[in-house]
Amino acid sequence: MKRIMKLVAALAFVPALASASEESVRLDKAPVDLTNQASLQRGARVFVNYCLNCHSANYMRYSRLQDLGLSEDQIKENLLFTREKPGETMTIAMSKKDAKDWFGATPPDLTVIARSRGPDWLYTYLRSFYRDDSRPTGWNNVVFDKVGMPHVMATLQGEQIAHFRTEKEADGEERRVFDRFELVKPGSVSLAQYDAMVGDLVNYLAWMGEPAKEKRMTTGLFVLLFLGMFFIVAYYLKKEFWRDIH
Amino acid sequence: MANTQGTTGLRGWIDERFPLTQLWREHVGEYFAPPNFNFFYIFGVLSLVVLINQLLTGLWLTMNYKPAADLAFGSVEYIMRDVKWGWLIRYMHSTGASAFFIVVYLHMFRGLMYGSYKSPRELVWLIGMLIFLCLMAESFFGYLLPWGQMSYWGAQVIISLFGAIPGIGDDLTLWIRGDYVVSDATLNRFFALHVIAIPLALLGLVVAHVIALHHVGSNNPEGVEIKKYMDEKGKPLDGIPFHPYYTVKDIVGVIVFLFFAAFVIFFWPDGGGYFLEHPNFEPADPLKTPPHIAPVWYFTPFYAVLRAVPPLFGSQFPGVVMMGIAVLIFAALPWIDNSPVKSIRYRGPTYKLFLAAFVLAFIGLGWLGVLPAEPTLTWLARILTVIYLGFFYALPWYSKAGRKPILGPLQNAFIIAIIALGVGIIWGSTRAISDGKLSMMFLLYTACFALMPFYLASDKTKPEPERVTG
Repeated sequence: MKRIMKLVAALAFVPALASASEESVRLDKAPVDLTNQASLQRGARVFVNYCLNCHSANYMRYSRLQDLGLSEDQIKENLLFTREKPGETMTIAMSKKDAKDWFGATPPDLTVIARSRGPDWLYTYLRSFYRDDSRPTGWNNVVFDKVGMPHVMATLQGEQIAHFRTEKEADGEERRVFDRFELVKPGSVSLAQYDAMVGDLVNYLAWMGEPAKEKRMTTGLFVLLFLGMFFIVAYYLKKEFWRDIH
Repeated sequence: MANTQGTTGLRGWIDERFPLTQLWREHVGEYFAPPNFNFFYIFGVLSLVVLINQLLTGLWLTMNYKPAADLAFGSVEYIMRDVKWGWLIRYMHSTGASAFFIVVYLHMFRGLMYGSYKSPRELVWLIGMLIFLCLMAESFFGYLLPWGQMSYWGAQVIISLFGAIPGIGDDLTLWIRGDYVVSDATLNRFFALHVIAIPLALLGLVVAHVIALHHVGSNNPEGVEIKKYMDEKGKPLDGIPFHPYYTVKDIVGVIVFLFFAAFVIFFWPDGGGYFLEHPNFEPADPLKTPPHIAPVWYFTPFYAVLRAVPPLFGSQFPGVVMMGIAVLIFAALPWIDNSPVKSIRYRGPTYKLFLAAFVLAFIGLGWLGVLPAEPTLTWLARILTVIYLGFFYALPWYSKAGRKPILGPLQNAFIIAIIALGVGIIWGSTRAISDGKLSMMFLLYTACFALMPFYLASDKTKPEPERVTG
């Protein structure tokens, strides 16, 4: 019986192995570090400058940026360009209908994008735009084929083209597989600088996905500590009461 | 005077008007339980703890949640961000949902191991089944409320199952949704069902479950009926009062459980994408079908059964029926188990083998249910479905004492055939073997199970003890 129970316990963890990624492109690891306030502040700035024109963050309040070590005045001066107040959420002026007409799809709200897509996907996606003249915007993306979004940060990264090779699958079918990028027109910053910038941005997106995460972890430690101490008391209480049974 | 308890003062005053002391004595202070409960007996108490957690956190969530298609997703994020400790309340509720199924599945497994459904506890078991069905409905309704992509499309898929019922299917789905697609109307009624109708039913059933249990007394790992041997005062010789013995013991168990729950709530709230699915952080979009729709993990064993059954005349109905059987068949256990003993400790090897196979099939189906359907996986799901149902099918035969089946000597040959055919089907499905041949092999495989009454001998049981010792 004991052996069966051990087996059952071991097998209970098997489903965790099933979460294999379906992406055909290998995703790069995003440098997420929620304790790095400087990186988060830089990321917030990139977000407000580059993303927050077409994408909204409807559930994120500007004032919450105070959690990143910014004062309300700093937020007002550096991150608020419109007449919004710090207590308001990061909305945009572009209507959904206009967006659909211009891009073919409404740019998604980015408040919790890091929780649905995952930071690694975002980090790879934002560095994987390439020139493709067959697309209306002139841009395509290796992780998101036929994406409606143009390469917003092309002046920074520069323009790259993608090389593909054909590979034979196990079932005999040939498939076009991404091989590598080639930078054809350098941008205003080096690729390393661009990667770092995207890293900051993704770090910020990850933070924005769940601003309470830090508090959640620290609270959790206290809760576990409390339960641990409570356990000791409860265990000896039980032992004392059960002495006359055994 | 209606006070038979001999209490005085305020309690005496109350006891004259309300059976307070009597209730306490019957259900706590002088409810006699066997002293030999083991680890598996904690899950009943734990499901009560989770139920209370769900009711309280749910109540607080409704204070800020908005059951409207254009507001629901945003209101959940509002709770996560702007409501004080809202994230904690929400994670406690979402983790609680998964925890509920973990403890209830283990609670049911305990019942299978120690025969807790057997006479005189049939009604305890049946009421428990109703609780399980309510729980499934409750979590299904609740899962739509965050109004994310998986909420929306998961609900769409599950509601469409009712559409497979011949004749009334289409009207039925329309009636459930209140619209031609899952929409604001659906969300609103699911909210009403989730916060009022089902919780009310659930609470009533839980009370009935406990009353029924306390009427017949608790089972235990030895299968001893402690009520058989009473002392002169009418107290079971082997019973110990629930309070203080099991109250102090359960507190320890509850703390250990809370430790695990807190770990998930604070450090792993999305449970690797199983407790909170990643696509559910995208608002519901009726025009955008996600590439892979999987129900939440606790439904996946049954979902895998559904997908394992091929459509008949273009209808998914057989799959839906099979899934229904997989859920409801537990209710038959008290009447299909002919074994003279309750506990697995005194059963023979056949039951142990079948139970182990059943548990593995259940876990395997749960695992397959989250994966996209591929030919090999579908064949595996079919094999596991037969094992799952085979557990219940074989039980009446081998649990009966004194059976000498006609094909008895061939028992081992059949077991080898079952294993060989199972392995063969899986191996064949990865090679270029036609579906027709695989279907033939599967038919033979099923036939080997169907023939069990002809070759399974009685399980060799040992007599259960009369008294609890040591």
